Amino acid sequence: MALQSLNSIRRGFEPWNDPAARPYIHFDRVTKKFGDFAAVNDLSLTIFEREFFALLGASGCGKSTLLRMLAGFEEPTSGRILLDGQDLRGVPPYRRPVNMMFQSYALFPHMTVEKNIAFGLKQDGMPAADIAARVAEMLRLVKLEEFAKRKPHQLSGGQRQRVALARSVAKRPKVLLLDEPLGALDKKLREETQFELMDLQQDLGLTFLVVTHDQEEAMTMADRIAILDKGEVMQVATPPEIYEAPGSRFVADFVGSVNLFQGQVTRRDAGRAEIAGPGLVIHTANPGDAEQGKTVHYAIRPEKIRLSSFPPENARANAAQGEIYDIAYLGDVTIYNVKLDSGQIVKSTVINSQRSADDPLTWGDRAWIAFQPDSGVVLTR
Amino acid sequence: MTIPVAPGTDIPTKNESRPVWSRGILRALSSRLVILVPYLWLLAFFLVPFAIVVKISFSQTTLAIPPYTPVLEGVGSLWQNLREFSFDNYLWLTQDALYFNAYVTSVVIAAVSTVLALLVGYPLAYGVARAPSALRPLLLMLVILPFWTSFLIRVYAWIGILKPEGLLNQFLMAIGLIDQPLLIMNTYTAIFIGIVYSYLPFMVLPLYAALEKMDYSLIEAAQDLGCTRSSAFWKITFPLSRPGIIAGCMLVFIPAVGEFVIPDLLGGSQTLMIGKTLWNEFFANRDWPVSSAVAVILLLLLVVPIMIFQQAQARQQEQGR
Ligand SMILES: Nc1ncnc2c1ncn2[C@@H]1O[C@H](COP(=O)(O)OP(=O)(O)OP(=O)(O)O)[C@@H](O)[C@H]1O
Ligand SMILES: [Mg+2]
Repeated sequence: MALQSLNSIRRGFEPWNDPAARPYIHFDRVTKKFGDFAAVNDLSLTIFEREFFALLGASGCGKSTLLRMLAGFEEPTSGRILLDGQDLRGVPPYRRPVNMMFQSYALFPHMTVEKNIAFGLKQDGMPAADIAARVAEMLRLVKLEEFAKRKPHQLSGGQRQRVALARSVAKRPKVLLLDEPLGALDKKLREETQFELMDLQQDLGLTFLVVTHDQEEAMTMADRIAILDKGEVMQVATPPEIYEAPGSRFVADFVGSVNLFQGQVTRRDAGRAEIAGPGLVIHTANPGDAEQGKTVHYAIRPEKIRLSSFPPENARANAAQGEIYDIAYLGDVTIYNVKLDSGQIVKSTVINSQRSADDPLTWGDRAWIAFQPDSGVVLTR
Repeated sequence: MTIPVAPGTDIPTKNESRPVWSRGILRALSSRLVILVPYLWLLAFFLVPFAIVVKISFSQTTLAIPPYTPVLEGVGSLWQNLREFSFDNYLWLTQDALYFNAYVTSVVIAAVSTVLALLVGYPLAYGVARAPSALRPLLLMLVILPFWTSFLIRVYAWIGILKPEGLLNQFLMAIGLIDQPLLIMNTYTAIFIGIVYSYLPFMVLPLYAALEKMDYSLIEAAQDLGCTRSSAFWKITFPLSRPGIIAGCMLVFIPAVGEFVIPDLLGGSQTLMIGKTLWNEFFANRDWPVSSAVAVILLLLLVVPIMIFQQAQARQQEQGR
């Protein structure tokens, strides 16, 4: 589903919408089994040259396994992996134009930070002066200039992670695989490094495949995100699409927080539908593939639900009454949990645009929730 | 709740019967005791006997029981005592080329055996360390299994294998590989075989310990950065196993230099190793002072490798963090 209003973040870079574009990395019905257990299950994925692609999924869903197959440490049980049109089966890791940053860092304990970063460059036979310059550049990138002469066991966890990052980036491979590259960094350093990675990827024209647990990180950096679950792809889309137009309840629930209303499609016209749920009739302008009479879910993000102590003026708005059940004040926003009269609990996020509201709602107050017909999506899966 | 207490202040709690300071002393004492016991052991059973050996090495041989002149005994003046010291035994060691040759031969034989044991032991240790983890205890067990039989009996068994009409020659002749029996018994080859066989576990165990704790993803990372399997081995695995190599080599080299049983049983009468020389001086010639001097020099020779071993151990511990 490509919404016109939900473009990729990088304007004009949308090879996935171009039927003539050739995929650079192609997982073609790849399955990887460990014994009877399928860590990756009949998975197909295409990634384009110069794309910043993120894999997002719960722990154990097969993200690292996918990267390890591309790097050459595991062979697929079945299916093919193509890189620039070439089938990678049987190609040893050292012949693949791919570098990987390991989730466990895998730093060489007997070498200094400098030597670790230089290792791959030396392997390529780069002249010593060029190596020194590249190492210095990498140390600057990860802000470890003073630590060049230390051994890995003399570094903190976050510093080790940065060395691992620098070592994998140093060779400037065509494809860089990053397995949780920033997980051990504090928030500020993580955000800075995210932007520097994006710049680096842009400047050098590399293709990045990044695994992350952190949705914000995926949203910030990636051109497209693949949501994985139990070794299968649930959805591949740009960050705005993933957020605003999730394809299934799993994706809607996995990325950000969401309110789901179950109901029956009572009317289905071109471009609109009416869904009757308990205590609430929803009019929607995004009917998706809802069919008359079917039971579906309507997903809407908390920040798109307005909260007030009065019924909405617009009679056509989707609205329901309830009681404030719980309040979480987070500084920039306040999250209200409203228990509707139907018994369902709905989340509403209110931006604290003023230091004090003139209409403070508090625990136990009666309140109305309301949302626009085009604010949510209908999910049939 | 814990109440923060400044260091040095003791706040007795009510379920304590003894005052805090006496518990402190007891604890300090018992923690010292743990270190003290092995040190006392070493003092009583190593340092004191060694001091006696050193003392004997400075005396003269006589026909008596014990067969040496008293040194540093009685309550004479220090000068008198020192005058009784004799360096004759040490001088004697330099005058007869026999001793020098025996030391050199022992060191060379021990060194060659150590290298051979490393060449055999490294692949073995590597194989065990890379085996499925369920299989490893069994494989290690097999490495240690020979220790269940007496060392002497195992060396004797090699005579049965290596002698001209022994199992090895019978087998090789039966399959037609040779028609004359190989003369291995009573050669240096037999000594090498004996030492490598006997000391192999001492090589394999420290190597295994070093290789087993190595993270396999390091090899993957090296391959990812452009190494072939073999260059990844030489650049990563081998340097990381160096503490294990040093420890294993020293554990083989140090006892092999003074080895007596193997050269005596497998090497025949003409082998000139320092352990045999020592035995001859002591039992055949009954020259306690000279054999003590031989033993003291042997120990001095081994101090260097022992120190190298100690350092390797310390480094391995540091790296293990
Ligand atoms: N060598 C292996 N042998 C057996 N099972 C394995 C092996 N490697 C991975 N698995 C299993 O495959 C599944 C996927 O593992 P993988 O490491 O790809 O997860 P992941 O998505 O990277 O998780 P995380 O986010 O925790 O790193 C897991 O259930 C894991 O237990
Ligand atoms: Mg992983």
